[in-house]
Amino acid sequence: MSQDDLQNLYREQVLHHSRNPVHRRVVDDATCVCEGNNPLCGDKLTVYLTLNDTTVSDVSFEGSGCAISVASASMMSDMLSGVSRDEATSLLDDVLSLFAIPAEQPAMLASQPDAPVTALGAVRRYPSRIKCATLAWHAAASVIAGNNNTTTVSTE
Amino acid sequence: MTALANTTLASPTPEQDISALRADFPTLAQQVNGHTLSYLDSAASSQRAQPVIDAMLHYETHDHANVHRGVHTLSHRATSAYEGARETVRGFIGAASINEIIFTRGTTEGINLVAQSFVEPKLKAGDEIVVTHLEHHANIVPWQMLAAKHDVTLRVAPVNDDGSVDAQAVTDLLNERTVILAISSVSNALGTILPLETIIAHARTLDIPVLVDGAQAVPHTPVDVRKLDADFFVFSAHKMVGPTGIGVLYGREVLLDAMPPWQGGGDMIREVSFDGTTYNELPYKFEAGTPNIVGAIGLGAACDYLLGIGMQRIADYEHALLNYLTQQLSDCDDIRLIGTAPHKASVVSFLMDDVHPHDLGTIVDQKGVAIRTGHHCAMPIMQYFDVPGTARASLAFYNNTDDIDALIEALEDVRRMFR
Repeated sequence: MSQDDLQNLYREQVLHHSRNPVHRRVVDDATCVCEGNNPLCGDKLTVYLTLNDTTVSDVSFEGSGCAISVASASMMSDMLSGVSRDEATSLLDDVLSLFAIPAEQPAMLASQPDAPVTALGAVRRYPSRIKCATLAWHAAASVIAGNNNTTTVSTE
Repeated sequence: MTALANTTLASPTPEQDISALRADFPTLAQQVNGHTLSYLDSAASSQRAQPVIDAMLHYETHDHANVHRGVHTLSHRATSAYEGARETVRGFIGAASINEIIFTRGTTEGINLVAQSFVEPKLKAGDEIVVTHLEHHANIVPWQMLAAKHDVTLRVAPVNDDGSVDAQAVTDLLNERTVILAISSVSNALGTILPLETIIAHARTLDIPVLVDGAQAVPHTPVDVRKLDADFFVFSAHKMVGPTGIGVLYGREVLLDAMPPWQGGGDMIREVSFDGTTYNELPYKFEAGTPNIVGAIGLGAACDYLLGIGMQRIADYEHALLNYLTQQLSDCDDIRLIGTAPHKASVVSFLMDDVHPHDLGTIVDQKGVAIRTGHHCAMPIMQYFDVPGTARASLAFYNNTDDIDALIEALEDVRRMFR
């Protein structure tokens, strides 16, 4: 790994989201709440989803974490808010697969090649940090896939 | 970077500097991410000295057999190396007898053994167990498990805002209901040295048994368990240039003798029949099954190696190094030190402005600087300081001021990245 890889990970897009996260708020009447823990790091995010039968009408988060986990949660909230439940399910799959493929392969989302979350693909070069990037996505996936109203996920 | 220009830095004197010994640590002679490795994570696990590696390799290559069993030559050699290590450890901590040296998997197992074999059998409703707020999870959870199972209370002595612990804050909690005081000698998260002498003397007047978690003390300072007057003293080899998976429970013989065995199996018995079993004598009563022979041999070699240098010499040099590190970090306006007790050993926990410790840790790693980030298995003390975790630089005698300068320089990269 080099300084270039590092610049690639902490690039402006990521730092911007971590400093000015969108959708960072508590939603008291959310239909689903999921707490995501990364016990090793101490990252702790709560994801709020407002779902109806067909649509994910709102996604937000609150909590504390490193720049990577906060940026990722911010990007996720932005991407999932307002899409259909089917689209959300397939986006969650795509993004979680993106973090699972080898670092040598380009980080791309078939459906949205320019999605900001692809900027986080560089995290794959830092195995101990991948779970920071996936934390919020696992949290959202656990409620959308499981139809649970309140869940807790842990990346450990 | 103003710190580097400051010529009045409290750096170790040439007489104190024993970092040439780093040549004994093969792991340290490597480049990481294109930079000389600056290993500042010895509080998590120290690197291994070549004589330790050699002793273990020699045993594995020439002498291995099971211990305490065979009549053949290799079994004799293995037994004598294993028991020789026990004698070395006895001398290293100043115990009266090898009967007081129980080999365990590490500090955690030692504490669990005492919790289950010494404390649990005598618990009655209303009893109290006393710990401090800065304990490692290993010295919290085994007691919580007992408290959950029996109707007893875990009482927690508070820390001060600088991370120090007043002796009186601990002794105030001791009373006729206290069944054990379980306390660290040195905090792994903050480096605080606890005033054990006063605390133990007070516990003694009340006849309260004391277990000392010595995991962070043994690598950094001379230890004499009889002078300390602890009833139990536990530590791990891998924090003191030895291997993982082996540690020691020291206990006063009269207490160990009265305790029931902890685990049953081979080696811990005298005679087994279906009518009843009699147990082996100390220390074997507490070592069921084939032990970690090569680990014990590595631990013995680690004790010999450290004694060869001299624990006081190690303590003095590390203290000078700690002052240098503390001053360097204090000179940075954006660094907040967590834990600034007047008496500290070898550990500096810190935060940089609003940069999360994990981002900081990843960035300095690119310059070959290895530090620990997170809660350091001491979540309650992190909660006390209201932080999710810290960055922690911890020192050993094989570190030098270059390692610290490398950290300070790498912190510039963090600033650049997050500016």
